[in-house]
Amino acid sequence: MMSPADRERSTRRHVAVAAAAVPLLVLAGCSSSAADGGATEITFLTSNDAPNPETAEALAEAFEAENPDVRVDVEIRPGGAEGDNLVKTRLSTGEMADVFYYNSGSLLQALNPDSSLVDLSDQEWVGSLTEEFVPVVSTEDGTYGAPLGAAFAGGVVYNRSVYEELGLTVPQTWDEFMANNEKIATEGEGIAPVIQTYGETWTSQLFVLGDFANVLAVDPEWAEQYTAHQRSYAEEPALLGFQHQQEVAEAGYFNEDFPSATFPDGARMIAEGEGAHYPMLSSVVQTIMQNTPDGVDDLGFFALPAAEAEHTQATIWQPNAVYVPASTEGAELEAAKAFVAFVNSAAGCDIQNELLVPAGPYAGTCDLPDDAPPLLDDIQAYVDDGRTANALEFLSPVKGPNLEKVTVEVGSGIRSAEDAAAFYDQDVESQAKQLGLEGW
Amino acid sequence: MLAPVTTEVRPGRRRRTAGSTSATQRSIYPSWFYLPAAALYLVFFAVPTFASFYFSLTRWTLFDTEFIGLENYVQFFSEPQLLQGFVNTLVYGFVTSGAKVVLGLALAVLLTSQLVGRGYLRSVVFFPVLVSTIGVGITFKALLDPFDGVVNTMLAAFGIDGPGWFTDPDQALLTIAAVDVWKGLGIATLIYIAGIVAIPQEYYEAARVDGASRWQQFRSITLPLVQPATATVIILSLIGGLRSFDLIWATTGGGPGFTSDVIGSVIYKQYQAGFYGLSTAGNVILFLVVTAVMVPISILLNRKEVDR
Repeated sequence: MMSPADRERSTRRHVAVAAAAVPLLVLAGCSSSAADGGATEITFLTSNDAPNPETAEALAEAFEAENPDVRVDVEIRPGGAEGDNLVKTRLSTGEMADVFYYNSGSLLQALNPDSSLVDLSDQEWVGSLTEEFVPVVSTEDGTYGAPLGAAFAGGVVYNRSVYEELGLTVPQTWDEFMANNEKIATEGEGIAPVIQTYGETWTSQLFVLGDFANVLAVDPEWAEQYTAHQRSYAEEPALLGFQHQQEVAEAGYFNEDFPSATFPDGARMIAEGEGAHYPMLSSVVQTIMQNTPDGVDDLGFFALPAAEAEHTQATIWQPNAVYVPASTEGAELEAAKAFVAFVNSAAGCDIQNELLVPAGPYAGTCDLPDDAPPLLDDIQAYVDDGRTANALEFLSPVKGPNLEKVTVEVGSGIRSAEDAAAFYDQDVESQAKQLGLEGW
Repeated sequence: MLAPVTTEVRPGRRRRTAGSTSATQRSIYPSWFYLPAAALYLVFFAVPTFASFYFSLTRWTLFDTEFIGLENYVQFFSEPQLLQGFVNTLVYGFVTSGAKVVLGLALAVLLTSQLVGRGYLRSVVFFPVLVSTIGVGITFKALLDPFDGVVNTMLAAFGIDGPGWFTDPDQALLTIAAVDVWKGLGIATLIYIAGIVAIPQEYYEAARVDGASRWQQFRSITLPLVQPATATVIILSLIGGLRSFDLIWATTGGGPGFTSDVIGSVIYKQYQAGFYGLSTAGNVILFLVVTAVMVPISILLNRKEVDR
């Protein structure tokens, strides 16, 4: 829904554009209802993947209880690339919701935050943000977002029961990982060593994206050099991610139905021990909590092993955040800022802990609950040891749109790792050019 | 037979007369009657079309635009998946169009013969046309799931190992083409039924008197006289096939990998990724490709019609 001012503006525009096209007026007239007497009404746009809508509703309700003169309406948008376009379109037409939930890192940078968002760096909660998080919601001119949800790690989610039964230990190197896979394949009685779910193509990228911390361990300059077009995936160490995926695929370690299985299928398989390893984001626990909660305590996490044990690090994704668009003004702006602050208040944290199920450390004021899933301890161990690095999307704006298709091809044996890496290097060129980066 | 035997007017001749009268007659409506339609056309078609030519020459982030000349076109042609997309588009267009011509004609011949429940069967053939393409795509994706889809489960009951319809890289595009044919066959059949029904019965009677077999009647009377219907079916289905996108997106999303990508899905993915100028350039190119394929075919088909 739009605010009355927005509605008036858009109606006027429609009249100007198409005086003859009477039906348009009817369309514009349908789009809003006026705020009722005195109360400030703000809108909160979140994405449709569970449990985001539930969390948004709970936050809105709790916020209204504390602020009786403000009403918060929750709006739902699609996720993924479709959601990106919706957010960009609404921002560029000045019709964005008063508060919206969106990715941090390079996707945020693509929104032109300096001109399209409200700088929140004067807010009290900014002081509590972790130093890893601040840069991913900031530009040189301001800080724009408050975290909603915890950080999560990308690596291998594994089933502890399977490990215990077969007497396996957490691998430190890639060779140890493959040895574990072989043992599972021969002695596991039908347990798939590695789960892949290409029915949802984004899940195929973890061998590459989750390996990034290992790339940085070998070459700390890699991200900046990549942005400057001085590094590529076709060369080691980044090529290893593709090669590892190919190696596992060629060994036949995937679950039989990998071409059509979906992400929820994969979540169920790892939780119930039908598979031993699922290269995935640790946030998969949220899906497991919802569908097969009994399996959560069986899950563990380890970083995708590098060739050498000393290079094995966990790749960390910083949490998404809530932002306020520049089009929000006056009383709505004040209410929107209060709502953003509320998200990281004690009451807001309780809701996050209950509904968003943390899959890694928090980036703001919130504390993990006592009954957090054991997989979090594994991730925390990497953090405490200092063996983590942010994922590439937080360090470089260069990401090609087709990585998930390329990795599906590697996993399905359509394309070799070397070809795929070279293909992907070419794919990112359109992104780099779109951003007008130097050196491309 | 359904066709009235008394008909004297051949379709070709009638169309020519109709054309010449309307050209000489003044319109009975005042010209301002056209204004609403013209305004809508201008706002929703003409302006966006010309705007898209401009935006295809810019780097466009929705927040601002930067004029970059033909760089988008250069970039579009250097996209690594483009070649496969082109090949797939042509394969898809010609396979679906060819299958619709052959099967549509066969079904039309069947459905214009004396047949029990003919009206019902005609409706059944046409029903898929009425269903939403996305709905069809999602339904077939479920039916043809390689592991727990109905089709492969049934094949397994007969001891046949069903293929990975949408997941086997060699098979995906052809499976989508088959679904497209299933969905679009109704239109082709309908056009052919109209064409066959318009053929005067005297020709068949004369041929039977001369002792022509059923095959000879089909070969020498039906086939040449439904030529205008064939031209329509080819043109409509080829344009549809070359522009196809929705069914492919709903079933495989161009996958696995890029194996069932067509130009339409390549462009859509660029748009999704936020390369608005680049994907607009792609659409301009698609427009040119479809035109380049269709104009010669259309001229060829129409010339044949006149020769007859």
